[in-house]
Amino acid sequence: MKISNKILGLTLVAGLLMSCETENLSGEGMGVDNNPNLAGTYVQEDQMGRPAVNTVFVSSGSKDEFNVTIPSEQNESFQPMFESTLLALNPGYTTNALGMDASTFTSALATDVLNVSLDGTTTFYDGTNVLTGRALTDDVITVELLLIFGGPDFSENPDFSDDHVDSNDKEFLSSFPYLASPH
Amino acid sequence: MKKAKHILGIGALFAASLFLISADHIDAPAVQGGSSDITDFYAFQGENTDNMVFVANVQGLLSPAATAEASFDESVMIEFNIDNNGDFVEDLVIQAVPRNGKMYILGPVAPVQTGLSSMLTVESAKDVNSVNITAYGEEAQVSSNKGISAFAGPRDDPFFMDFAQYSAIIAGEASGFNNPGTDTFAGTNVMSVVIEVPKSMIGGSGTINTWVESKRKQ
Repeated sequence: MKISNKILGLTLVAGLLMSCETENLSGEGMGVDNNPNLAGTYVQEDQMGRPAVNTVFVSSGSKDEFNVTIPSEQNESFQPMFESTLLALNPGYTTNALGMDASTFTSALATDVLNVSLDGTTTFYDGTNVLTGRALTDDVITVELLLIFGGPDFSENPDFSDDHVDSNDKEFLSSFPYLASPH
Repeated sequence: MKKAKHILGIGALFAASLFLISADHIDAPAVQGGSSDITDFYAFQGENTDNMVFVANVQGLLSPAATAEASFDESVMIEFNIDNNGDFVEDLVIQAVPRNGKMYILGPVAPVQTGLSSMLTVESAKDVNSVNITAYGEEAQVSSNKGISAFAGPRDDPFFMDFAQYSAIIAGEASGFNNPGTDTFAGTNVMSVVIEVPKSMIGGSGTINTWVESKRKQ
């Protein structure tokens, strides 16, 4: 009863907001020229922080669930699955080049956000900086393969730790919008 | 050698779940191949180093012919989330919503609410930017307003990987990657949203946590 009242209340509020916006926008020219009514509630379907995390570490029956689990709850819900996947992929895993054991590494991965520095170089990994962003040229798959298969010094499982595709098929632009024109 | 076989054996068991590896292309059944399927997310310092660039790509593996027919789904919002205080809850969002040939950009702004649902209200619409969605084959259209630059339209998929060989390894049909490998994503396009904002609008200094979401209007 309480819940249904709440829902009714929310719906009313939402309805008011939407009708308000339509009036205001047409009447007072708020926002950009001819701004259409964008108001409404938008519900999540997909999400992504670091590349390939859901694809590699989440089992097939849980991929949709991972996409609608907020990052602050991902570690608790998914870290055990990530760790078992890691150890299935590489049963010989001890630590990786970041000095992370299986538990530490998968704890870091399970919260699927990209860590980005506002103070300088932004790269997934460039030999010096680690996880300070993701640049277009970063060979993220090889970095991830090295961290999964490469062992403490990147020397283990060389057949699996580099896909030997090191760069994009088109040159990126040095200026906005940075991505190359389409094929 | 022994180790490699062991990995392959286990790998084969996981083939079903791991067959479709890529950045985030076709990552899960509910979004696979649909208009809300995020393929990739990038965040990097801009050409102007006072700025941060956010890139979200959706609708991967578009052939040139398919790209000419592709469009953003007007019911799907692309939302960049920024956490400034390390609790993995968004403190700021940048929201991109397509409508009538334009991509409308809201933020960076504190979200009306955090989590799986995003609400756009009268207040949300006050400081909206927009950019014409660039058509396939057209020169990139860029808008700049109050230090925020925006682009929306088809671009080359910037992701690169030998996905085919990875699949073969996982399926137990290959014993390792080739050298050189073959970029499975070469020649394919994505629908891309690129937004560059002054760092001062998203915290100024320090480290942020950031992720991208696609959200469908109810």
